[in-house]
Amino acid sequence: MAEEPLIYARGLVKRFGEFTAVDGIDVAVERGEAFGFLGPNGAGKSSTMRMISCVSAPTAGELRILGMDPVRDGVAIRGRLGVCPQLDNLDADLSVFENLTTYARYFGLSRAEARRRAGELLEFVQLADRSAGKVEPLSGGMKRRLTIARAMVNDPEIMLLDEPTTGLDPQARHLLWERLYQLKQRGVTLVLTTHYMDEAEQLCDRLVVMDGGRIVAEGSPRELISRYSTPEVVELRFADGVDVAAKLDGVGERVDPLPDRLLVYARDGDAAVAEVHRRGLAPSSVLVRRSTLEDVFLHLTGRTLVE
Amino acid sequence: MASTAVMSTVAVLERHLTLYRRLFWASALSSFVLPVLFLVSIGLGVGGYVGDLDGVSYLQWIVPGVMASTAFQMALGETTFPVLGDFKWTRGYHAMRATPVRIGDMIAGQVLFLMVRVLPQTVVFLLVVLLFGGLRSWWSVVTPLVCAAVVVASALPVMGYAARIDNDGYFALLFRFVMIPMTLFAGVFFPVAQMPVAAQVVAWVSPLWHGVELCRAATLGVAPPWPIWAHVLCLLAWSAGGAWFAMRGFARRLAV
Repeated sequence: MAEEPLIYARGLVKRFGEFTAVDGIDVAVERGEAFGFLGPNGAGKSSTMRMISCVSAPTAGELRILGMDPVRDGVAIRGRLGVCPQLDNLDADLSVFENLTTYARYFGLSRAEARRRAGELLEFVQLADRSAGKVEPLSGGMKRRLTIARAMVNDPEIMLLDEPTTGLDPQARHLLWERLYQLKQRGVTLVLTTHYMDEAEQLCDRLVVMDGGRIVAEGSPRELISRYSTPEVVELRFADGVDVAAKLDGVGERVDPLPDRLLVYARDGDAAVAEVHRRGLAPSSVLVRRSTLEDVFLHLTGRTLVE
Repeated sequence: MASTAVMSTVAVLERHLTLYRRLFWASALSSFVLPVLFLVSIGLGVGGYVGDLDGVSYLQWIVPGVMASTAFQMALGETTFPVLGDFKWTRGYHAMRATPVRIGDMIAGQVLFLMVRVLPQTVVFLLVVLLFGGLRSWWSVVTPLVCAAVVVASALPVMGYAARIDNDGYFALLFRFVMIPMTLFAGVFFPVAQMPVAAQVVAWVSPLWHGVELCRAATLGVAPPWPIWAHVLCLLAWSAGGAWFAMRGFARRLAV
């Protein structure tokens, strides 16, 4: 018998007055999966996350978390979730260690258990040397790691991460991704929102692309790319403002003119570049790269993810 | 479910205690030293001119007032900026909201913390006052409970208020138009009965006045102006209304 999905939504809607933030989405997340909500700001990702974390009640539709009703069984569900919110809400006046022990007590852990768990988790997120220090002087990446450690304090079955690396520098992001990958290896179900396509590709087994409160595509990163894009993309820049898009007709499978560059979608990027030169066009820069989720999003919505 | 509520409430209390440990010495001044300074300066200083009031020394007369108004001010101090801060700046309530802690537990835990503050504060004050000969009745031992009731009756509505505002400028309104009038016309330094009726009405609606009168009845061993049950009922009404107001305010603010 197949296990019920950990998160199951059907026709899920969230409205704030006249504004519809989430407009009837269907989602099913299985145990052990890393599932992503990808979309630009305002796509409805965070509203969806707040409903899943049993903080905000759905306006309409069905939502079941761990087989329970988030409105009626919110307390029981929250006890088995780990939430890493978009805005840090660490206790700035408590020490790093106290932030974890205090939070552990909210889940009913004994004082001894809370201390043991806090020590373990600080090791895991590589903050053991900051244990007695205050939160305020920590870097953005460290604070986010501490928030993740705090979310793990109850040994959650599902970790909800709302834009876990937004605002972090590349090094901090990579360290965080590596820790999250470790978590996934341990069998923790990860649900995250992001507007970074590289993050979605790195972490997610499966994702939905959201735009304007709706799901516009669903699949693994590979599937989405092969379905909505070509294996390679050529980025061309031309020195002057001459409209060259027309002259590129038939090069590759599709041409997408952006304000600052042209994207040529092609099965074979190098062949497309050769064709461009054969037609006597002289781009000021040429970049052949493999297709990403950014291209998928651009194709699906006509807009870029990070504006 | 009842046991998880108790556990969650205790967990919230512990958070406030852990935070308070850092501020203890700073707050000890306003909790323990300031009321005594008040008592000495006004009780002995002003008292020297005033002489006796209602047949007792002025110092003895204002002891219960200073005691209850210290509790009142502590309650307001702890439920204005700290509560707004946990919504707006540290987002401590949002952090709790993501756990099994319920809104009722958040509020109960914080009120419990105020009990941990007010009871020792009042007991220490009583002991100091005892040395000054400020107490006239064994009923004085119930004053910590009365002060605790004043704290609950004033903290809960203010928590509800703090949960509804987005700008700390609104606290200035609360201090100027609610706290100061209620403190001035609450029978702390002079009997309200000698005031015009309008000012007396301010006293009657103020939870502080009821607390002051109950404390005064206890330390002087006399009957309060209203029947005891009527004073207690007013404090209970503020507490019950405040609890409802705070619960709704927290729920709305955290639901978004």
